Amino acid sequence: MSEAVAAVRPRRGRPRGLPRPSTALLWALPPTALLAVVFLYPLALVVRQSVHPDTGGTSLQPYADVLASGAFREALWTTVWLALASTAGCLVLGFALALVIAFVPFPGARAVSRFVDVFLSFPSFLITLALVFVYGTAGLANGLWTDLTGAAEGPFRFLTTPWGVLLAEITYFTPFVMRPLLAAFSQLDTAQVEVAGSLGARAPMIVRRVILPEALPALAAGGSLVLVLCLNEFGIVLFTGAKDVTTLPMLVYGKAILESDYPGACVVAVVNVLISVGLYGLYRVVSRRAGA
Amino acid sequence: MLVHSRRARRAVWAVFLVLFLPLFALPLLVVLAASFATHWSGVLPSGPTGAHYRAATHGEALQALTTSLVTASTASVLALAAGTWAALAAAALKRRYRRVLDALFVLPVAVPSVVVGLATLVAFSQPPFLLNGTRWIVIAAHTVLVTAFAHQSVAAAAARLDPAYAQAAASLGARPARVLWTVQLPLLLPSLTAAAGLCFALSMGELSATMMLYPPDWTPLPVLVYAATDRGALFTGSAVAVVLMTATLLVLLAVSRIRTKASYR
Repeated sequence: MSEAVAAVRPRRGRPRGLPRPSTALLWALPPTALLAVVFLYPLALVVRQSVHPDTGGTSLQPYADVLASGAFREALWTTVWLALASTAGCLVLGFALALVIAFVPFPGARAVSRFVDVFLSFPSFLITLALVFVYGTAGLANGLWTDLTGAAEGPFRFLTTPWGVLLAEITYFTPFVMRPLLAAFSQLDTAQVEVAGSLGARAPMIVRRVILPEALPALAAGGSLVLVLCLNEFGIVLFTGAKDVTTLPMLVYGKAILESDYPGACVVAVVNVLISVGLYGLYRVVSRRAGA
Repeated sequence: MLVHSRRARRAVWAVFLVLFLPLFALPLLVVLAASFATHWSGVLPSGPTGAHYRAATHGEALQALTTSLVTASTASVLALAAGTWAALAAAALKRRYRRVLDALFVLPVAVPSVVVGLATLVAFSQPPFLLNGTRWIVIAAHTVLVTAFAHQSVAAAAARLDPAYAQAAASLGARPARVLWTVQLPLLLPSLTAAAGLCFALSMGELSATMMLYPPDWTPLPVLVYAATDRGALFTGSAVAVVLMTATLLVLLAVSRIRTKASYR
């Protein structure tokens, strides 16, 4: 009986020429081994070094030292609030700009969205470099001010404070929110917007009741990606060159390269990895739920 | 159309321009303007000169440009090979294994690149892998950083790939290598070139891990930009940055031409 059923059932398994599950596992081995050598093994060494102080032996003393230090706490706080504020700024600005490009299109809107793509392929430190010329002590904005008022110095001197980093991060990361949003908007049926409009809904209400619910998954995915990228941002902070703006990646760099304190650097690195991998895991779950 | 009245639309556009131009167009314009200037003490830069470009395309800077190009191309090719292999191998796996492999290959995105630099430095400064002080330590770190993006892009395309093509070829007697070479890879070509462009651009602009690793005789362009601005040579730094952007854009343009050719096939 079972043989008869088996004969009727289509033959299970793959057609000849496609890998079997066991050989498929074998094929997955070489890239995984490569990744293990160049990435997982180094990461494991960082964790090992973080519990091996220079004096020898195994202890959690490096963790106790670093976690108790004021510099670390301040860097942690700066990193977190800068990342949260930048993400919020990127979400608001990205949503507003994408809304205009998608629903109030103007001649050249396509060029603008292509410009956004190009913007993504430039390194982040360019923004800080540019801001020096715009808001620096002898830059465009201060030059305009001194020319207009005749004052000796302009009022803009926020570049070397956390606010300069915040402005640079919002500028650089907003396109990362705009791209998934524009993709989501292109799939939104414009008839919904038209119908809502013809039923008498005004623009703010359409945005709130029709567009925002459709955009939420893309906002969540883009926002959590930007949060992780901001937590790990290094180039912008390095180029700002301010002594009082230290984030966790800057602390890792400073301890390892400038102070040669490798156990300390490894401790900060482990903390930084835990925070950002945790958040990135959350991002993957959110974006998979959202189907993005 | 969300906004119907002509005046309201004009107002929305005005707000858009007021936000968009200073934030996104101005930074690129000022870097470009500064690269041709010798002073910037008023509204506009002054003292037009081409000397910064002479500095940015000769000697140390020219060497940094070739360093960056070699590093980025090597890292992109290695990352594409490893990422595509992993993505295709994962596509043939059972769901449980596939998710593990995908998670492993995506992990470098979540790990801060400074930490990737530190880890590479720690691991390759001791036996059995002694790479510290050579160009290979920079290339290895760049490869790790961009492999995740190559893998993600190819894995997404491989998941959308209709298995019927590969099955049809296999049922006609094609060996797996031939199925891969004549059916699967050509179908994946658009996503492969997109991934190549992304990897190249990321590697060209990579600063965080590079700052931890670079040996004196292998200095990529971003490090040179930082070195110039750090010693106060902002205008030369801008010229080097413009060279960096132009090189990246030219390569991206060339890659996108391959892509359009592939999608017309």
